[in-house]
Amino acid sequence: MEAQVLHFIQPLLGPLWAWVQPLWPLLWTMMKIVAILAPVVAAVAYLPYFERKVIAYMHVRIGPNRVGPFGLLQPIADALKLVFKEIIVPTKASKALFILGPIMGLAPALVAWAVIPFDTGLVLANIDAGVLYLLAVSSIGVYGIIISGWASNSKYAFIGALRSAAQMVSYEISMGMALIVVLMVSNSLNLTAIVAAQGKGTFAGMGIGLLSWNWLPLLPMFLVYLISGVAETNRAPFDVVEGESEIVAGHMIEYSGMAFALFFLAEYANMILISAMVSIFFLGGWLSPVGFLPDSVWWLMAKISFILFLFLWFRATFPRYRYDQIMRLGWKVFLPLCFVWIVVVGVWMMSPLNIWK
Amino acid sequence: MEFKTFVFYMLATIMVLASLRVITARNPVHAALALVLAFFNAAGIWLLLHAEFLAIALIMVYVGAVMVLFLFVVMMLDINIDRLRQGFWHYLPLGGLVGALMIFEMSVVLGGHYFSLAEMAPPAIPADHSNTRILGRLLFTDYAYPFELASIVLLVGIVAAVMLTLRKRKDTKFMHPSDQVKVRRNDRVRMVSMPAEKEGGE
Repeated sequence: MEAQVLHFIQPLLGPLWAWVQPLWPLLWTMMKIVAILAPVVAAVAYLPYFERKVIAYMHVRIGPNRVGPFGLLQPIADALKLVFKEIIVPTKASKALFILGPIMGLAPALVAWAVIPFDTGLVLANIDAGVLYLLAVSSIGVYGIIISGWASNSKYAFIGALRSAAQMVSYEISMGMALIVVLMVSNSLNLTAIVAAQGKGTFAGMGIGLLSWNWLPLLPMFLVYLISGVAETNRAPFDVVEGESEIVAGHMIEYSGMAFALFFLAEYANMILISAMVSIFFLGGWLSPVGFLPDSVWWLMAKISFILFLFLWFRATFPRYRYDQIMRLGWKVFLPLCFVWIVVVGVWMMSPLNIWK
Repeated sequence: MEFKTFVFYMLATIMVLASLRVITARNPVHAALALVLAFFNAAGIWLLLHAEFLAIALIMVYVGAVMVLFLFVVMMLDINIDRLRQGFWHYLPLGGLVGALMIFEMSVVLGGHYFSLAEMAPPAIPADHSNTRILGRLLFTDYAYPFELASIVLLVGIVAAVMLTLRKRKDTKFMHPSDQVKVRRNDRVRMVSMPAEKEGGE
């Protein structure tokens, strides 16, 4: 691939190539980054549209249907409106940090895509410590909330930021613990290897690979990871951050225009990322569920879409958790469950019944 | 210039500037955030040294956990800068001594040439080298006991921290979720049968 692009570009630049050559690795990586992020950003733009449509049909409504055919231009209209609105910086707020807050919220959700494999070999950075990288990057996301809450110079924003940050830090722990079980059975920290490990097993040999993916043998961890993912992205039923009835709009209260929109984009980008991670860790990534169909990147897309639909479905179905119940679920239910399951799987792997050889 | 060299100088420049900002920023929150930036760039430099586990652990532990809690505390304190500066001259000799020691140590390490320390050639790294795997294997086989000992020390630390802050108050109100789940309608609502009131009656 790289050789073909080089073959095309070198004659085009002619003598300028000598200047470009030292920076070529950077340019080539940039091109790959754009190729990954452009679809992600497009999906982030259209996910709110689908959310409104899905929830509308669950409520027996129609949803957005005025702008363009089936309301398909609605996200573009929303974006245009938000771009032209004024960004108001509160008095005595720390202006640089006020602007940095929403950026820090969105950036980690995009940076994490560097290690997400889309197919065998189709990955930007095939690093051995992929799982660790994902954990590290997702732990940075909390800074967007803390910085924006503090920089707003407002008590509401600050208290909302503390609530939200405490929630995210708590659920990050159970997500990490659930992943420990996954990497125990996969015997690797590399995401490509984790997906490949799910393609082996008794059921995969029988042609029903669906049943040898991690979700079945590690069912409790799958549920813990999925629910923690919903809580980590501050989505309903854990959306106490923007609980209109309790605290105005959390850390976003002082934001307007595009700065406010960035928080929304960050939320949806995080949803897509968590869906991709669930698909890769528990649903077999790009592997085909049945033996007679080929593995392809479309399976991964279908799995991501399914998990995203679950996110929207939860929002239309469940009432909001109370804050103390959220904390109890994370620390007193999920975390002990993870510890127990690590021991259970450890014993299972050492016993003759081990299915992950 | 090799691409790696370019990356190194970029990371190093940002790191030095961020570290300077840590000690010069007037606002403690800004200083803490500059420290986060410095950690981040240190992790990048470690990555260049093929120490990917250490680099990611630095971000996960210090940036993702320690500094978040640190920021929580610093943000909630109402810090008066003038009061903080009061003891400046009093503490200057001690601080200067520590600084001089650090400069001495760093010059010994960096100027190894002149102090005739053996230069360490970077070990040859095979293609399938995985820092994380090797570290994990060492920690759980050769160094299993020291590793467990360290975890016990940490556990004792956690228990001590909980015990220091645990206060039992008699007047705190809290809920038992299991009791809440077990509640039935009859525990809360009593249906009273009353004769219907008649118009014009009474």
